[in-house]
Amino acid sequence: MAERSGLKSREVVVRGGTVVDATGGRRADVRVIDGRVAEVGEGLDAGRGATVLDAGDCVVAPGLVDLHTHLREPGREEAETIESGTRAAALGGFTAVVAMPNTEPPLDSAESVRNVFALAEGALAEVAVAGAITVGRAGERLAPMAELAALGVRLFTDDGDGVQSAGLMRRALQYATGLGVTLGQHCEDRSLAAGGAMHEGAWSSRLGLPGMPSEAEEVMVARDIALSRATGGRVHFLHLSTAGSIDLVRRARAEGVPVTAEVAPHHFTLTDGCTAGYDPVFKVNPPLRPQEDVDAVKAALADGTADAIATDHAPHAPELKDLPFDQAPPGMLGLQTALALAVTELDLPVAHILALLSWQPASIAGLDPAHGGAQGGPIEPGGVANLCVIDPRATWTVDPTALASRSRNTPYAGRTLTGRVRHTVLAGEPVVIDTEAQR
Amino acid sequence: MSPFPTHLLSMDDLDAEAIADVLSVTDSFAEVGRRANPKVPALRGRTVATLFFEDSTRTRMSFETAAKRMSADVLSFSAGSSSVKKGESLRDTIETIQAIGMDAVIIRHGSSGVPARVAEWVDHCAVVNAGDGWHQHPTQALLDLYTVRQSLGGGDEGTEAFDGLRVTIVGDIRHSRVARSQITAYAALGAEVTLVAPATLLPPSLEGWPITGVSHDLDSVLADTDVISLLRLQAERGSGAYVPTMREYSAGYSLTARRALQLPPDAIILHPGPMVRGGEIASEVAELPSARITDQVGNGVAVRMAVLFLLLGQGTREAELHG
Repeated sequence: MAERSGLKSREVVVRGGTVVDATGGRRADVRVIDGRVAEVGEGLDAGRGATVLDAGDCVVAPGLVDLHTHLREPGREEAETIESGTRAAALGGFTAVVAMPNTEPPLDSAESVRNVFALAEGALAEVAVAGAITVGRAGERLAPMAELAALGVRLFTDDGDGVQSAGLMRRALQYATGLGVTLGQHCEDRSLAAGGAMHEGAWSSRLGLPGMPSEAEEVMVARDIALSRATGGRVHFLHLSTAGSIDLVRRARAEGVPVTAEVAPHHFTLTDGCTAGYDPVFKVNPPLRPQEDVDAVKAALADGTADAIATDHAPHAPELKDLPFDQAPPGMLGLQTALALAVTELDLPVAHILALLSWQPASIAGLDPAHGGAQGGPIEPGGVANLCVIDPRATWTVDPTALASRSRNTPYAGRTLTGRVRHTVLAGEPVVIDTEAQR
Repeated sequence: MSPFPTHLLSMDDLDAEAIADVLSVTDSFAEVGRRANPKVPALRGRTVATLFFEDSTRTRMSFETAAKRMSADVLSFSAGSSSVKKGESLRDTIETIQAIGMDAVIIRHGSSGVPARVAEWVDHCAVVNAGDGWHQHPTQALLDLYTVRQSLGGGDEGTEAFDGLRVTIVGDIRHSRVARSQITAYAALGAEVTLVAPATLLPPSLEGWPITGVSHDLDSVLADTDVISLLRLQAERGSGAYVPTMREYSAGYSLTARRALQLPPDAIILHPGPMVRGGEIASEVAELPSARITDQVGNGVAVRMAVLFLLLGQGTREAELHG
């Protein structure tokens, strides 16, 4: 970033909004100079040549941070690229995304991680990397975690797959404690879930589709809580989807086990009944669950059991989503709808939603100022200006063809949502102005 | 006659009245089948395609015979389950076939839900589900109903004979599209359906299923059974792992000669085929007069003629589409 700061010797004034960050909310304008917040206060005037972003009726917040993004590059550029994915991120208010390692090749070596960082130069959001826990995400031997940690990787996961071997997971956690990194787990016991296309229950039985039972997730959550307790290694649970998982995490946290959890927007907005028409746009992993699980996920967001909303943005080319339901790949777009879904569907104050989408995930990813990063921090002079400006009352209708992603697999087509990202500022640069990406 | 749905994707598409219409029209076409020249012009000028993505002998033959007996032009599209791997997507295949111009497509696919998806993609073309994954096989259920009604005698009118009829379905219900269609069909007509299987071969959830009971003990239900329908263990769907051995399964769930004697004397034995003799049904039981397995096959043609006629032959569909 240092070499680019010269290009940003310009002033941005965000005017007329309410600043909301981890320290609270207050009516204030924000002046940004050379990529950093220079001044926060009421009635700031703009200097000559300054870009003024109108924030009337809006909330000005630290940029959102997505713990769970599939950018698909390298390997699946027909579905998404770092450029298209970070454009979608910026339009969704995100100033940082954690790129999942299930690319081709996977992000299991220093070389492949360096390659992603190089490809992400000039992207429309900061791209952090989650490294693979095991070589090739094959679940057999540890990836060179120290080499990746030296490049700045703070989160490791074999996402797309869970680490099936309890012994290997325990060893990975032990090793991770020495590096100060966190292991993310995609909780799915293969012996229970293999071949499943949706949640196993009343709908799968009726539709004649092979199911993935809730236990496939829960046994691994329970296992990893035990392993975290035993080793002291931090586990971050990815996309938890069942009431049973939530309950396990709630109790583990009360006990002081170092675990955190994220949930995905589709798990608090959609149920397994959505698959009744066999449209693979509703196929996702973990699968959509019944209403009681949706209610449990919402409760977890309200009571703090879930630390973060993470999109699990998973683009897939249209022809793959035209396959029969059981053959189509799982995954949904998420970056441009996450914030609006939270505002629309969760009965939570905006500050709480922002905690779930910005500073809490920033902390889990090690991207916040406390870890030397530039994301999710309080909006105060000296801080890097990663900001999003949100109109919490604006409504809009999801049009798959209007999304920035290269793919179209949003399950929310035609849905009218409340809450819209109006501007996004990335290290002082307005990358989204009035809902339009600037590059 | 009540309006018939645009497509036949599931037994859920047909209410009791529509089922009664199918059975009544089937009577007429069964009569055609007994003629020296079993052919009528009901679908002359119409084109019907069979798209079988999964191997089948009797169902494809049955549908194609039905269409030809009504003077339809029949196109047969065969595709192994690997067709996707060859490059053409299902959607492209359907669009190609539709561009050629079809009045109906009859689809069998190994994946549940494919006929339902295809029905969303086509215009002016009826979709008939000839079996999809574990989901539905509606014409099989309809021909079972017709065979039962025929066997019960008492005239061909109405479906009153099904009211309170005790139907027992035995075997791999979990993986059976036939069972899913049968249960809906019998229940729609007021029959009482009992499922008999080891717990591993039942669907994970029976919530909302219109059944009277579930049993893991075949012997205990035989005396209270009017119709027994046996299902094959679907080894190709990996059912083998759901029971320890075939021997153990047969010991508990095969309709042996000894068990057949516990059935009421006028009980009817059905099997959708293909049978595994010595597996779910003893060879000598399959030969009993009460076993109506070959009648089922014969009735299949007439039932499918009725379905195609109701979908295509009445003109009501055209009126709906263009009127």
